[in-house]
Amino acid sequence: MDFCGIELAHPIINASGTFDALAARRAFGEQLFERFPFAAFVSKTVTLAPRGGNPPPRLWELAGGMINSIGLPNKGLAGYLTEDLPQLTMLPVPLIVNVMGFTREEVAELVGAFGQLREVAALELNVSCPNVETGLVMGADPLETAALVDRVRPLTDKPIIVKLTPNANDVPAVARAAEDAGASAISLINTIRGMALDPRTGQPWLGGVSGGVSGPAVRAVALAQVYAVAEAIEIPIIGMGGVQRGRDALDLMHAGADLVAVGTESFRDPAAGLRIASEVSEMLETGQATGQHAEKNPFPA
Amino acid sequence: MSPERVLAPFGRRAARISAREQHGAYVVLRCVDRSGPRPQAGQFYMLAAATRWGGGEAERPFLARAFSVLRAPANSDELHFLLEDVGPGTARLCELDAGQELLLVGPLGKGFAPPRENRAPLLVGGGVGIAPLAICQDQLEQPAPALLGFRDHAHARGAALLRHAELTTDDGSVGRPGLITDLLADRLQSGDRVEVYACGPPAMLEAVRALCAQLEVPAQLALESGMACGFGACFGCVVPTRDGYLRLCVDGPVLDGALLQSAALVEADH
Repeated sequence: MDFCGIELAHPIINASGTFDALAARRAFGEQLFERFPFAAFVSKTVTLAPRGGNPPPRLWELAGGMINSIGLPNKGLAGYLTEDLPQLTMLPVPLIVNVMGFTREEVAELVGAFGQLREVAALELNVSCPNVETGLVMGADPLETAALVDRVRPLTDKPIIVKLTPNANDVPAVARAAEDAGASAISLINTIRGMALDPRTGQPWLGGVSGGVSGPAVRAVALAQVYAVAEAIEIPIIGMGGVQRGRDALDLMHAGADLVAVGTESFRDPAAGLRIASEVSEMLETGQATGQHAEKNPFPA
Repeated sequence: MSPERVLAPFGRRAARISAREQHGAYVVLRCVDRSGPRPQAGQFYMLAAATRWGGGEAERPFLARAFSVLRAPANSDELHFLLEDVGPGTARLCELDAGQELLLVGPLGKGFAPPRENRAPLLVGGGVGIAPLAICQDQLEQPAPALLGFRDHAHARGAALLRHAELTTDDGSVGRPGLITDLLADRLQSGDRVEVYACGPPAMLEAVRALCAQLEVPAQLALESGMACGFGACFGCVVPTRDGYLRLCVDGPVLDGALLQSAALVEADH
């Protein structure tokens, strides 16, 4: 299949920050690349300067999901280019690099650097952080988003995917602003802001105080936001949020997603992407995708 | 004992439980893992029950739980895990019985290394942390005496899973009353050239680390941290070290004591 001019074997990719191909190779060896679970690999967010990430604890399990407060640890642009990128040339699938900056110029520098590299198929902009110059979360405000995309669009010929935050008043308006400014595709949802308290002290459990909720607990929110954004724009959509099975992926596709990303489910099963891709393909072939074989009544007598 | 990490088959697989044994406060689950390699001592597996664990209408538990392998007998497909019911995940695993299935990913992480030259291994364990020391005894080429600390009589029953063990209990009901580090301090004062292999609760590990650092005794510490994935994806299990944050799942769970300023980590949520 084709996605923004990139040839993909199937519609299942990973959500940024939920799979580290190089660490997974340390655990599973070369078989990982022989049976790579995703049709494209989306990197963890790369920032201009290296980041250590948030102090632990960084995780909290909740009913049907989890909260993470990882804090975007990464080696920074220079570290990524010299240490990670050379190893990622072994990937059997296209590489999408996810980048984030704290100012428009930082994002521009990242897009400028990655946008010229043969190894990079596309860029994804993480717009879930505040612009330190305006104080506005870039992806929470249509004008901020438009200004950002407008600034970076001329810097590369590669597809630019804008990954929206669900923590915004009017997500379809932000998507439309990104499209109008020249974005090639939209991905959503990022995690939903949440927090947990230490039951022993009543104080925040996470070292970063609050974090992002993911997993099946957010699936219905993702479905609603993908549906609403699909009504508002023409460019392709990567849908994600709580996908555990082929059925969940198909739901997002019915709501308007062209590709579906798997995130938290890969934590529970590193090969989840392969399983979900094969379930989707089987359901499309047997006609289950249209719902004639709908699952059990959600309100059984 | 191999100095090399053993790689895991890619993906999650089912393993049938062949036996469930009660050892006082602990449960040992034995499962048959036909498709996995034999693990290195100190490596771990992510475990979940094959049913009533997450899925569609999931309540907790949702994520798999990390367990150091207790024993992986040679010439066998069996893996043994030591469990204590201390949270929703361990409670569900402790309910399982022979004939039911576990879902597992592993062996994962970097385990224990053979002792440095001219040093004899000395194992130090606390509570459910005795698990990786049993497989150490199986895989070390030299005899490895164990110093094991437990809360009380019911927990001290776990000591039967190791050989050559000396015990302490907090309540004095079995072995010497007091902390296992008291016993360790006595042993280290003797001046024998030992290398410590330790696993246990954070406060115990930190006491072991500090004591070994002070007496310049090398120590390999098997740490624990809340972990969502076990293979480096989630970045949730980091521990602060002299080299910055390390992911315990791929850079550990066994770390050299010299790498740590403190082993007193936040206790994992089980």
